[in-house]
Amino acid sequence: MSSVLDRFLDQTPGGETIDAFLSGRTFPILEGDRVTFVFRGRADAVNLRHWIFGLPSSQPFERVDGTDLWRLTLDLPECSRVEYKIEHIEGENRQWLMDPLNDRVAHDPFGANSVCYGRGYKTPPWVLPDEEARPGAMEQFRVISKVYRDRREIGVYLPARYRKRRRYPLLVVHDGHDYLRFADLRRVLDNLIHRLEIPPMIVALTTSPDRLTEYGADPRQADFLADELIPAMNARYPLIDRPEARMLMGASFGAVAALSAAWLRQGVYGGLLLQSGSFAFSDIGKHGRGPALDPVARFVNAFREDPGHPCDKVFVSCGIYESLIYENRSLVPVLQGAQMELRYVEARDGHNWENWRDRLREALSWLSPGPLWMVYE
Amino acid sequence: MNRVFFLGPQRFRPTLVATLDRIGVEGTVAAITAGWQEREQEVGELQDHIHRELINLRLYERAEEVFAEDAELRDAVHERQQWLREEQSLYRRRLAHTLNAAREVMTLDGRDRFVREHRQAAIRAVRTLDRQHLTRVRRIHAEFEERMKPSRRPAVAAQREQLQEVIGAASAVAIAGGHVAVLLNRLRLFGFAQLLADRVVVAWSAGAMALTGRVILFHDRPPQGAGDAEVLDAGLGLVDGIIALPHARRRLDLDDPVRVALMARRFSPDLPALLDVGSEFVYDGSWRPGESARKLSRRGGVVEFKHS
Repeated sequence: MSSVLDRFLDQTPGGETIDAFLSGRTFPILEGDRVTFVFRGRADAVNLRHWIFGLPSSQPFERVDGTDLWRLTLDLPECSRVEYKIEHIEGENRQWLMDPLNDRVAHDPFGANSVCYGRGYKTPPWVLPDEEARPGAMEQFRVISKVYRDRREIGVYLPARYRKRRRYPLLVVHDGHDYLRFADLRRVLDNLIHRLEIPPMIVALTTSPDRLTEYGADPRQADFLADELIPAMNARYPLIDRPEARMLMGASFGAVAALSAAWLRQGVYGGLLLQSGSFAFSDIGKHGRGPALDPVARFVNAFREDPGHPCDKVFVSCGIYESLIYENRSLVPVLQGAQMELRYVEARDGHNWENWRDRLREALSWLSPGPLWMVYE
Repeated sequence: MNRVFFLGPQRFRPTLVATLDRIGVEGTVAAITAGWQEREQEVGELQDHIHRELINLRLYERAEEVFAEDAELRDAVHERQQWLREEQSLYRRRLAHTLNAAREVMTLDGRDRFVREHRQAAIRAVRTLDRQHLTRVRRIHAEFEERMKPSRRPAVAAQREQLQEVIGAASAVAIAGGHVAVLLNRLRLFGFAQLLADRVVVAWSAGAMALTGRVILFHDRPPQGAGDAEVLDAGLGLVDGIIALPHARRRLDLDDPVRVALMARRFSPDLPALLDVGSEFVYDGSWRPGESARKLSRRGGVVEFKHS
């Protein structure tokens, strides 16, 4: 079956008709489970640069004869979400561009990417602004850390209708400020609490000045959390001071930090949310992921050998378009063997913040169910 | 005879004052906000809305005072709640299978006799399970009442005497929503089935649920689980013949005819009343429609509720 673009090109279009074709149309062009990327402009070559593990990371566009139009069609399974850039090559110049024809953009600490949605993908409604949801408040305080020998700024989310007379569960978030900026964490918390899908909770947001070291299974992070951050939070806020009301989460290296902290300090946390963890390991020889992950691999190998019981409930998610899917799938039987209640979820997405955002409802409402069934206001 | 008014949620479009005006309530309104738990005292918005004197009955706080004074009763209540939770958990396990079967049979095509008979039998199985559960829940309450006789215990009796006096002097009682089990337990502890007899009562959300004969918990699209509506408890039974469904538009999948029809038939002959924003149902011996009174239909849709 010919695509919209093929049918258009059959008419041997000129410049003005190409303009007309491009205006008022959504790009990339999604037709069933196939997606066509389009670029217009003078170039020697155009490539799609994406982060779908399993496909060549650079996919060449094809120039449409006699035009300055470039095209590339790929299969894209239902509900996929893919972040990408367009590599434009002209002479000696080689540039990675946002797709000029696509307004959908996702941000991360390194900048931004264009985003392509597969058939059936929709931004979850609980991510969007809800005028009925009461907003929580943000505070900031400082922990003087003997463990790290410096001061750590901690962001704190307080739920709407926060009352000092009440006791709240605690969620500690690695890379918390990035979760706020790139995964809409504050709005997600407001909405899920408003919908009664999670209980009102207090959230501590941590950030590391050297995350590749500190989040890489560094025992200091376990000590910092258990001996400094949590006592400081208990001193300032009315928290339920029990493991089952204390959760720890993170993505990528943040997930490694969360699991290793719970493993090193067993009995401190009740629940873990591990998103796309960089759980490098080796059964024999090298793990193959570079020296930065050596300490991580040592930890994961030790964990696989003797997982103990880091907590009661663990939610693991990973995108099937990330290379880490292998490591995360490999972790599942180990966690199951550790007598933990486990929920493992995969998504057709990559190693990015919106993937992690989109899993928050399922993860948090499973780890800490809200009073949805009992409260009718 | 009671005059009871069930309203939709009051946060964004409060209609309480319009109801009070229309039925001629001029004096003090006694308010029950125990479902708000630790926020029970925060009745400022409610007070501003009704333009009448409001007395907060503070049932949440009063119950805390009772439990502080009477540790034996407190422990017995905790034990009862533990029994109720266990019963609910076992019922829920069986319910999941029985409801699944009913949903499956209801989606079958065909109007022939065999399909019809299986549909009826599947719904009957759900109704039987609900009824058995409610019987066991009632038995747990009856055993507790028999053993502890809470109304005769000094800490409860003293509070109840005060409440009786305040309610006796009030022109109407307003019962807000919130945590339905917390609210219902407080109403039960202080004997509100008797205290509210012959009073004008206006209730919304969980407040309405707690006054009925059966409290139904429901949500068709929860983040976890199948969204199987379940019987929680017997309510106060101040009114009968109704199932109160607050926030129905948000909590029910009203576009799914199978789920809607199953809900309506499962709880038949009770009126499955949609308590959405702006709606009102009136009870004066039987149920009559007020503003925007809609109900679930046995055929799987939403229809206007008309007085028969």
